[in-house]
Amino acid sequence: MSFNENVRGIYQDQLKSLQNAGIFKVERFIHSAQAADIEVEFPSGSSLKKVINMCANNYLGLSSHPEVVKAAHEGLETRGYGMSSVRFICGTQDIHKELERKVTEFLGTEDTILFPSCMDANAGVFEAILTDEDVMISDRLVHASIIDGIRLCSAMHDTFKHSNMEHLEQKLQLHSDKRFKVVITDGVFSMDGDTAKLKEMVELCDKYDAMVFVDDSHSSGFIGKTGRGTHEHCGVMGKIDIITTTFGKALGGASGGCVSGRKELVEMCRQKARPYLFSNTIAPVVVSGVLKVLEILSKSTERRDKLEANTAYWRKGLTEAGFVLQPGDTPIVPVMLFNAKLSQDFSKDLYDEGIYAIGFFFPVVPNGKARIRTQISAGHEIQHLDKALDAFIKVGKKYDILGKSKKEIIEKYGL
Amino acid sequence: MENIKDIVLEYVINEYLEDEDEELTYDTPLISGGIVDSFSMVSLKRFLEAKYKISIPDDKATPEAFDTVNKITELVKEFTG
Repeated sequence: MSFNENVRGIYQDQLKSLQNAGIFKVERFIHSAQAADIEVEFPSGSSLKKVINMCANNYLGLSSHPEVVKAAHEGLETRGYGMSSVRFICGTQDIHKELERKVTEFLGTEDTILFPSCMDANAGVFEAILTDEDVMISDRLVHASIIDGIRLCSAMHDTFKHSNMEHLEQKLQLHSDKRFKVVITDGVFSMDGDTAKLKEMVELCDKYDAMVFVDDSHSSGFIGKTGRGTHEHCGVMGKIDIITTTFGKALGGASGGCVSGRKELVEMCRQKARPYLFSNTIAPVVVSGVLKVLEILSKSTERRDKLEANTAYWRKGLTEAGFVLQPGDTPIVPVMLFNAKLSQDFSKDLYDEGIYAIGFFFPVVPNGKARIRTQISAGHEIQHLDKALDAFIKVGKKYDILGKSKKEIIEKYGL
Repeated sequence: MENIKDIVLEYVINEYLEDEDEELTYDTPLISGGIVDSFSMVSLKRFLEAKYKISIPDDKATPEAFDTVNKITELVKEFTG
């Protein structure tokens, strides 16, 4: 069938139904480098507005750090722009191997393999290491990319209630007949900002002979005393069999990801993971930037310490102002509004006040749990946070939600 | 066969409901209603197979056949004779 008017009409109707449902995604164009202060064109065609960015994954403020930019320039000069090949033909440079070694060292694992993104790492890893004799048991709130990877794998799949270790234990018992069992979780969950119970999980997996998989994309670089991730934070360094993570968030924020863990599992990915085999790996310029990021983070914990202090300051300010927050201590700080329309109106009013923060609602988060997800950065200074707090309080007063409980907000605005 | 219904209902409530206030009947749409995602069906299938010592072929274990407690009961009855 050609793309005739009938076909076009069907797609137009689908797009219109997304708009009608209020879930049509619109991009905002940033005319500056990624940072705490950015210049944004929104809506499209409007004049530029200076705003404070409160929704980037730029946790360590390294996305535009001068040393990282300089290292990337040097990489571009010495290793060129592209590889024009997948890894196993002629797409592997010395710096790709160097980055794999440095990530292994940083995460405290046995070996590492780079992927074009963590989405690709998660999409490829399960199919490469498991068969239909095995079972994958995942937390019900894991990231979409893990769900895609699970779908591509022939192993049986089951889930356990979010962070519910009793339920996980029941599932480990239910599937005790399987050859391999892999328990799958995010380290820090991206929507709620809570941390997986890795210590308990590792104990259960020891008891039932299961492997542990952790996606530490929202943790690597800043969670744990030296920023190694949730395995450091939970005291289980060396006990996680597979870690996936991204270089697209705290670790420079450009792109790329990896699988890091047991050397045989990493080698299986090198032999069998399709996103590794059939796609170019990370461009040399990005590899050079990430190497510098790891060097900066290995020298000093200054940036993750500042992030921790900023996060505590922000949480305290919002709590004292009377907002309902998701509990936790990570830089993902969701301000709960419960009602979808309220989350959109709130976000728009914040933008008018010069604060860029996005409202999330169903299906991105469960129905009735709409929120503004704020994300704190080491790139924020106290004056950024104070200005953002003033704006949140002003808008919070407008909608009369300060000091109100979840029940009161839902009574006022509905679910 | 009321007993099967109640056993399935109890399992679904314990397995899938996060909020204790949620109510579930024999005809509440589980999969199309977003209570059970199609991924999580596997534990229900394994539970039924172990409990009633039956084997449900994959082509019968469809989201439609698992959509309500009543439909699941019908499916179990088909295999228990």
